[in-house]
Amino acid sequence: MSQKTASPSGTDPIITMRKVEKHYETFHALRDINFDVRRGEVVAIIGPSGSGKSTLIRCINRLETISSGEIVVDGTKVEDGKSLALVRAEVGMVFQQFNLFPHMSVLRNVAIAPMRVRGIPKAEAESRARQLLERVGLSAHVDKYPDQLSGGQQQRVAIARALAMEPLVLLFDEPTSALDPEMVGEVLDVIQSLAATGVTMLVVTHEMGFARRVADRVVFMEAGQIIEQGAPNDLFDNPQTDRACAFLSAIMHSAG
Amino acid sequence: MDLITTFFNIDVLRQAAPLLLRGFWLTILLGATSLVISLSLGLLLVLIRLYSPKPLRWLAVAYIDIFRALPLLVLLILVYYALPFVGIRLSSFWAATAALSLVASAYMAETFRAGIEAVPRGQFEAAQTLGFSWPRMMADIILPQAMRLVVPPTTGVSIGLIKDTALASVVALPDLLKQATQTQAFYANPSPLVGAALLYLVLLLPLVRLVSILEARQKRSR
Ligand SMILES: Nc1ncnc2c1ncn2[C@@H]1O[C@H](COP(=O)(O)OP(=O)(O)OP(=O)(O)O)[C@@H](O)[C@H]1O
Ligand SMILES: [Mg+2]
Repeated sequence: MSQKTASPSGTDPIITMRKVEKHYETFHALRDINFDVRRGEVVAIIGPSGSGKSTLIRCINRLETISSGEIVVDGTKVEDGKSLALVRAEVGMVFQQFNLFPHMSVLRNVAIAPMRVRGIPKAEAESRARQLLERVGLSAHVDKYPDQLSGGQQQRVAIARALAMEPLVLLFDEPTSALDPEMVGEVLDVIQSLAATGVTMLVVTHEMGFARRVADRVVFMEAGQIIEQGAPNDLFDNPQTDRACAFLSAIMHSAG
Repeated sequence: MDLITTFFNIDVLRQAAPLLLRGFWLTILLGATSLVISLSLGLLLVLIRLYSPKPLRWLAVAYIDIFRALPLLVLLILVYYALPFVGIRLSSFWAATAALSLVASAYMAETFRAGIEAVPRGQFEAAQTLGFSWPRMMADIILPQAMRLVVPPTTGVSIGLIKDTALASVVALPDLLKQATQTQAFYANPSPLVGAALLYLVLLLPLVRLVSILEARQKRSR
């Protein structure tokens, strides 16, 4: 949480999006997205349902193709071809629904990608997986299968699995939205501890308190556009646009 | 004239036993060979059907549809009696293997497709975002889950295939049924046919039971 203001220059961007447009058939899902994430930065994306938050981060590792514009990750353009698997290996992703591999133990879930994608020997991959599982507080569960874990535990395994590839940046798509309320905290704590160690992250979230505490920058989206962005305190306390204002006051009311 | 000496004539059965067992062995060999080929071919077909570029995909669809529509007996006779006219002369064993594998692989492909399509999209996405190549994703993540789902229906198709091996007697393969009809004619007693029926049951009843058990287990684990 070093850079509370988005510094325009100096640190190099890991993700660059330029003039990105995305259409689903007739629906215009992203409009002229220009956006950087710099090394070590934690960026939160907020906005109403259907505003294109998931679409935006899914375009970064090309789970969705873009209609026009350009996305560059660590100097490599994101496009179909040989470079795509390399880009994806550098971009970790944590899904709302965890998407753990149900036919593998927790340990293997975390070790499999380094073994298969990076060619790391099994013993090394597994010892590293154990360290990561310890880091997310799951040392006692390495030999279990995903369906034997609670939602919060599964999501922490998913975070360890993403970290195992030592990605340059981690994308989170509403990592706590599928969780029972009592498990939200344990997952947010893990993400916050990663932020503190300098992991670059882009987090789509409805947890405003978390965004304010952890993010260096908050991006507000609506109708496929980035409407406003800035340091959390500025954006939450003093939004510059009517639409951000309306969105924030609506969720403040619904949150009670 | 009693039922026992007609249908369960021990003397006839004892004398027919070596031939029946030889036929039984050939039936098992034919079934196993066709099964291995149709499983591999079915897997290849479904991957082409789902993931290859358009023209190849259409070819796979055509293959799968045609061999599910064509009666096996017709195909078998075509392979055995018609192919020699274009210079392809298969032994009765390989003619039967070819016909059985062509048809069963089409059914296997459809069964596998149901399994692959039942794997949630999030599994593909999780593997892709970790950087898995397509073959690695299929081998390590998707197919193990898909195959687990389709064990019962695949066993069902396999049972059908083994039953259909009896058709090979039409092209003079000395399989279990052929041996039974020949010894029946020789001894002028139907006991060998009854013996053959019992041997088919010995082979297939456990498999039929297995399918039921697997289906019940899968339903419970959902
Ligand atoms: N595969 C698709 N086909 C057609 N339209 C889609 C598809 N995926 C998303 N959309 C549309 O694009 C818009 C943006 O969707 P997206 O999932 O990015 O929103 P979101 O901001 O993540 O919303 P939420 O907060 O509900 O997750 C929505 O209106 C959605 O209906
Ligand atoms: Mg979303």
